Amino acid sequence: MTSVDSSELKSVEARKLKISDEIAIELIGVNKWYGEFHVLRDVNLTVRRGERIVICGPSGSGKSTMIRCINRLEEHQKGQIIVDGNELTSDLKKIDEVRREVGMVFQHFNLFPHLTILENCTLAPIWVRKMPKKDAEEIAMTYLKRVRIPEQANKYPGQLSGGQQQRVAIARSLCMNPKIMLFDEPTSALDPEMVKEVLDTMISLAEEGMTMLCVTHEMGFARQVANRVIFMDRGQIVEQNEPDAFFSNPQHERTKLFLSQILH
Amino acid sequence: MATPTIGYVSTQELPALPPPDAGRGAVAWLRTNLFATPLNSALTIAVGLLLAWALPPIINWLFFDAIWDGDSREACLVEGAGACWAFVKAKFGQFIYGRYPLDQRWRVDLVFIMLVVGLVPLAMPKVPYKKQNAILMLVVFPFVAYVLLYGGFGLPVVETALWGGLLVTLVVAIVGIVASLPLGILLALGRQSKLPVIKTASVVFIEFWRGVPLITVLFMSSVMLPLFLPPGTNFDKLLRALVGVALFSSAYMAEVIRGGLQAIPKGQYEGAAAVGLGYWQSMRLIILPQALKIVIPGIVNTFIGLFKDTSLVLIIGIFDLLGIVQLNFTDPNWASPVTPATGFVFAAFVFWIFCFGMSRYSLYMERRLETGHKRR
Ligand SMILES: Nc1ncnc2c1ncn2[C@@H]1O[C@H](COP(=O)(O)OP(=O)(O)OP(=O)(O)O)[C@@H](O)[C@H]1O
Ligand SMILES: [Mg+2]
Repeated sequence: MTSVDSSELKSVEARKLKISDEIAIELIGVNKWYGEFHVLRDVNLTVRRGERIVICGPSGSGKSTMIRCINRLEEHQKGQIIVDGNELTSDLKKIDEVRREVGMVFQHFNLFPHLTILENCTLAPIWVRKMPKKDAEEIAMTYLKRVRIPEQANKYPGQLSGGQQQRVAIARSLCMNPKIMLFDEPTSALDPEMVKEVLDTMISLAEEGMTMLCVTHEMGFARQVANRVIFMDRGQIVEQNEPDAFFSNPQHERTKLFLSQILH
Repeated sequence: MATPTIGYVSTQELPALPPPDAGRGAVAWLRTNLFATPLNSALTIAVGLLLAWALPPIINWLFFDAIWDGDSREACLVEGAGACWAFVKAKFGQFIYGRYPLDQRWRVDLVFIMLVVGLVPLAMPKVPYKKQNAILMLVVFPFVAYVLLYGGFGLPVVETALWGGLLVTLVVAIVGIVASLPLGILLALGRQSKLPVIKTASVVFIEFWRGVPLITVLFMSSVMLPLFLPPGTNFDKLLRALVGVALFSSAYMAEVIRGGLQAIPKGQYEGAAAVGLGYWQSMRLIILPQALKIVIPGIVNTFIGLFKDTSLVLIIGIFDLLGIVQLNFTDPNWASPVTPATGFVFAAFVFWIFCFGMSRYSLYMERRLETGHKRR
């Protein structure tokens, strides 16, 4: 009983303590269209360093599109996106700079199947950060230990389970020592028994103060880790609040409907 | 309630037994592979009869009735003579070197030896120093080979008009292969480019060269190109053929590689971008290694086609292996009813050796590069 309480206390405390005033990500009046289709409609969002934000909303509401705009896997057409002080425009240099500082974990892992786990992790540090191979391997092994699969280092992604692959994907991002991590439904392609191992990894990351934006429908994770939950619908941020208030006292009809659907 | 007579739960660990006899031994092998079903048995017997009917005469012609020695057509004019290997023996030098001067042929031999010595360790995955080896073969070797074959640095010049036989076949094929792969990669990437200028240029180039027969390309290079060049410039005929063949095959290669690029899931591009790799880095490290692996069969197919198409240089007066073999049919000293057949069998065999070698090596590489993944 007491242990549960204290861990909860800890995460609550972490929620309050680690957020600084510094702005990590800022979206100002962001609009995006796919052809005629208006995906993001005037999205405004400010993320401070150390914040852990969970984004939820119905399918097709633009959650993926929004976080993919943050590292410019998608291009926005109107408004401003400023990441770590760099505004994202068509300036390739700025884009590279942002991508070096922002890690991303995908629903389908997107590991490189022709490289071993270790090579997956050392590739970017070696080629992007110009790190010596020895150092990169050392760092990769530390992160593989952190996600608890150092013994798989010389296997290929195809030889690992889904949960293991996703943990490798997290380690691969961490090897670049990012300031911000983006997660796009990291657990929704996994079998239920593997969800926990990935969530645990993400929780420990949050406890270390990583700035995180996470699209997920794992509401337990949101309650435990997030300091803010954002609800998106039809390309707009409809509601945002602290998790407790968000779940117990949703303001909008659409939020209520959505929560009633996913919570039971 | 009756007592159950069958035990559903094993009460002891059962020992491992050897498999039943049916799977082993010569008889079992015959049964499973040749006589498994009545249809199989019938096919086996039919094929067996066919072989029994066709093989003995072929073997007799190739070996037992063949004429192995002799210095002129007289030897092969015997009644019921098989292959005239004496002809191949007498002309062997020409088949390999063309009209390359006799006292300079060591230079060609040296290039052949260097090629093999450089290529074998490159082809064996276990041998270290791949990078140095590749640089040696791609940068140093072509230069040394050029000097050795053509001349310069104190070596007397041997005009390419004198080159011929297997030498020309290999020069055209290897230059075509080595040039078409990187050119094809660039064209394939260009065709996928978001920049309209590059994309259009690639598409036009590829569609032009794919739409024209190689014979036309070679003809144009030898007949039309000189018309456009300022008078007096003399473009080597072999060089023109080389350029034509290289551009022609790079267009084919580009389409093969594009097929591979399209098979790579979007997630791989995104994964590469998300870890911060730039365009060329993600192509070189992530996309191309996977795409090229997928299309190894197609690439080797193009190589083999190119190797055999080298024979077409005959029509612009360059004598490759096949050309020089055919040329020698007209030698009155060797004209006999079996000479052409013998020459063609010999040429076919040499071509087959090289193409079969490429094919086997590509299968081996495919198996080696398999990392047991299903792409996600
Ligand atoms: N490349 C594209 N071209 C055209 N339309 C697209 C494209 N990508 C996404 N869309 C559309 O944009 C809308 C938002 O997509 P997005 O992937 O951001 O939704 P999501 O909120 O992440 O949904 P999900 O929960 O299903 O992942 C969807 O209606 C989708 O059909
Ligand atoms: Mg999505």
